Amino acid sequence: MGEYVLEMNHITKIFPGVTALDDVSLKVRPGSVHALMGENGAGKSTLMKCLFGIYHEDGGEIILDGQKVEIGTSKQALDMGISMIHQELHPIRFRPVMENIWLGRFPMQGIAVDKKAMIRKTKELFAQVDLDVNPQALAGTLSASTLQLVEIARAVSYNSKIIIMDEPTSSLTDNETEHLFRIIRKLKSEGRSIIYISHKMEEILKISDEVTIMRDGRYVGTWPASDLTTDLIIKRMVGRDMTNRFPPKDGITYSEQPVLRVNGLSSPLPKSFQNVSFELRKGEILGIGGLVGAQRTELVEAIFGLREITSGTVEKDGQPFKVKSVRDSKERGIALLTEERRASGVFGILSVLDNTVIASQTNYARNGILQQKKRVDAAKSSCRQLNVKTPSMETLMQNLSGGNQQKVLIARWLLTNPDILILDEPTRGIDVGAKYEIYTIMLDLVRQGKSIIMISSEMPELLGMADRVMVMCEGRVSGFLEKDQFDQVEVMRLATQFIK
Amino acid sequence: MQEHNIHRRTYSVAFIIIGVILFAFGIAFGLAVPALKLEKVIFDMPWIIAGIGAIVAIYGIAQLIRSESLGNVEFSRKTARTFLTNNAIILALLLLVVVICIIEPRFMQFRVLLDILTMSSTKLIIALGICFTLLIAGTDLSAGRMVGLAAVISCSMLQTPDYGNRFYPNLPQIPVPIPIILAILACMVFGVLNGFLVAKYDMHPFIATLATQVIIYGVTSLYFDMPPNNSQPIGGIRPDFSKLGLTKLFDRFSVLIPIALFITAIIWFVLNKTVFGKNVYAIGGNREAAVVSGVNVFKTIMGIFILASLLYGIGGVLEAARTAGATNQYGMGYELDAIAACVVGGVSLNGGVGKVGGIISGVLIFTVIQYGLQFINVSPMWQQVFKGVIIAVAVAIDLSKYRKK
Repeated sequence: MGEYVLEMNHITKIFPGVTALDDVSLKVRPGSVHALMGENGAGKSTLMKCLFGIYHEDGGEIILDGQKVEIGTSKQALDMGISMIHQELHPIRFRPVMENIWLGRFPMQGIAVDKKAMIRKTKELFAQVDLDVNPQALAGTLSASTLQLVEIARAVSYNSKIIIMDEPTSSLTDNETEHLFRIIRKLKSEGRSIIYISHKMEEILKISDEVTIMRDGRYVGTWPASDLTTDLIIKRMVGRDMTNRFPPKDGITYSEQPVLRVNGLSSPLPKSFQNVSFELRKGEILGIGGLVGAQRTELVEAIFGLREITSGTVEKDGQPFKVKSVRDSKERGIALLTEERRASGVFGILSVLDNTVIASQTNYARNGILQQKKRVDAAKSSCRQLNVKTPSMETLMQNLSGGNQQKVLIARWLLTNPDILILDEPTRGIDVGAKYEIYTIMLDLVRQGKSIIMISSEMPELLGMADRVMVMCEGRVSGFLEKDQFDQVEVMRLATQFIK
Repeated sequence: MQEHNIHRRTYSVAFIIIGVILFAFGIAFGLAVPALKLEKVIFDMPWIIAGIGAIVAIYGIAQLIRSESLGNVEFSRKTARTFLTNNAIILALLLLVVVICIIEPRFMQFRVLLDILTMSSTKLIIALGICFTLLIAGTDLSAGRMVGLAAVISCSMLQTPDYGNRFYPNLPQIPVPIPIILAILACMVFGVLNGFLVAKYDMHPFIATLATQVIIYGVTSLYFDMPPNNSQPIGGIRPDFSKLGLTKLFDRFSVLIPIALFITAIIWFVLNKTVFGKNVYAIGGNREAAVVSGVNVFKTIMGIFILASLLYGIGGVLEAARTAGATNQYGMGYELDAIAACVVGGVSLNGGVGKVGGIISGVLIFTVIQYGLQFINVSPMWQQVFKGVIIAVAVAIDLSKYRKK
């Protein structure tokens, strides 16, 4: 075996209209963790899909163990010892965990599936990665983070030389991330290599040995992780200096006047939010912190009219109102950007125009008949205001990058002219440059006197952007922090307060 | 093949010139045919050439008008392939027509063209109804039975006074619109039921409309079996009703063609120019996102199924008028033909994708196959095989557009 277990040399991949990869190289040493970094749209996932046989490269070569290989399908990739943990999980929800793991290679006895062997093998596998899950539990009953760990176990089960992990920690808590790192170190000690894709700098610096950075489908370079710092990585990723991750908040003041008052709000589900009270002041950004599963999303969805409430009141501008549907909240000037951009935000197969005006469509219609010019003008001006980069308004939404899609969604809600914007993980899965733009937009909005509630699981973002932070734990409010009390340790303490 | 960029204006002028030449040639040739005594050899071919010329020229003019916004025309292997996959079905249809014309030149007659359009008219109306339910990733299995219901109800009240076996022996000669409206309303009642089951209980449209389909058939049969009719075919249809489906304008144009065109125009408008239409695409594109955006999903789904049932009702009444009679078996299987036409016309069963133009070509293709193959004496059994192959091939080509590799 040579110096590298895998060499991807001068890979080029062209999609209709875009060159997704332009002469990109990646060289992975055996028994190492190799981080692959870059903004969204830099081509990391495309490169990995070429390696995993989902796409076929248009140029360049892949050398595995010194042999030039052609990888046509994912099955071939698996057979060659390459496995992949995908960014988005698609478990078969109504089947047991173990069937999800061994799908396509069930242990057999004659023509029948050997269930006992499957249970045994699954238990062995879970023991290997310190996971305490019943192999026969239905996948749909597990939490997102447990499923993520199961997925990692599945990748391990292939006994691969190379494991690709695409954003494996996106739904993991800090403890679970530590767990994952223990697994990774163990795999490393067994001589396996891991290609690790993540946006979280601290993680990368902690776990990886080498870092390859890509930008706009091109190769920037490879460095030992020990030579890098967060700022250096960001600089190389965006190709520009970024000493500040957050735009300056000069001259922004908020008044004491509350625009939204939530009193003792409770969900009918006992495990969801209970007895939540808070105030949102005009022109402020209220951050909601907490761990995954703290019921923050459920809370804001209830305020927006997407979920049921058993008790408690919501007052806007001193007027109590019953939230019955999204249309009510919209009329009252409340907007919500949901956490799951793809599942409940964008219409991928519709145009940017349709996506932008969908929430305010009735404003551009008379008796149900659309006034095309009004729609186009409104959408154009809103998209221009937010600096949405799109070839045209007729471009399909699915062809935009994550950051631009998110901007379109903000544009959509700005057209409903809201006083209160609820942003649920507004920068999840968005590259650094677009994040900065979203932050700038948020500050512009509060400057105009709008108020923002922002849920964020990223501590720097929460503390960097919010004027005040409410922390939730297990469905309850565990505390508020004013700007001068902001402290990561304190937020973590509150976020775990009620966890036994 | 290399890439060639041609200015849009040059491209459109070329089309206009070709169109005008074809048109002029067609006219001149057409005028010369009697002198050349070719009527029985090429039939109406010159006029059809002139028609094609006119269409080509109009396309050119339309391109010229929009030339600023469309940009240059690119000719390359890639655009050629896109053109082929996007228009594969139309091209196959043209090829089929040419083959039929060669085998049987009598196919080149206006009469044939008008027959095909007439036969397509009611099918088109039904397909347009079903396309709404497909656009939200649903389906409607009750369409055919609603056609039957509308046909039976309208016919039962519109018989001549001297017909021996009247459905309502003592019913006076009521104005034609009344039974028509009653028939359509009956369909809409079941449209409401469909919509309610789907919107309120979140039932899959396949199941909801399957249930409704069975109910409608039962109801139609019960009605049809009422004494004194006792399940005998309803005949003796009043001429003032049947002329709705049989009138020929200028002695050749069936009145069904303008009716279908009118309805098509309305549906195109509804889908593209109204809030309702945009909401239909939104729900089909991403239902969750539509809910979050404040689209009234309940109202839209109700609207979809009610509008669809209205169209089936109209289709049923027109079919009844055209064939001047009805039984409870009427309309059976129409929904599958309509779904097939929509799918061949590019409507996606996954929802959110579909255009009126596509549906028109989908409907025309099936009529041409049926009519054309009959014209050259291909057995109806083979016609079925052809139909099935067309569905499979058309959808395979259509899907290959979306496949990335």
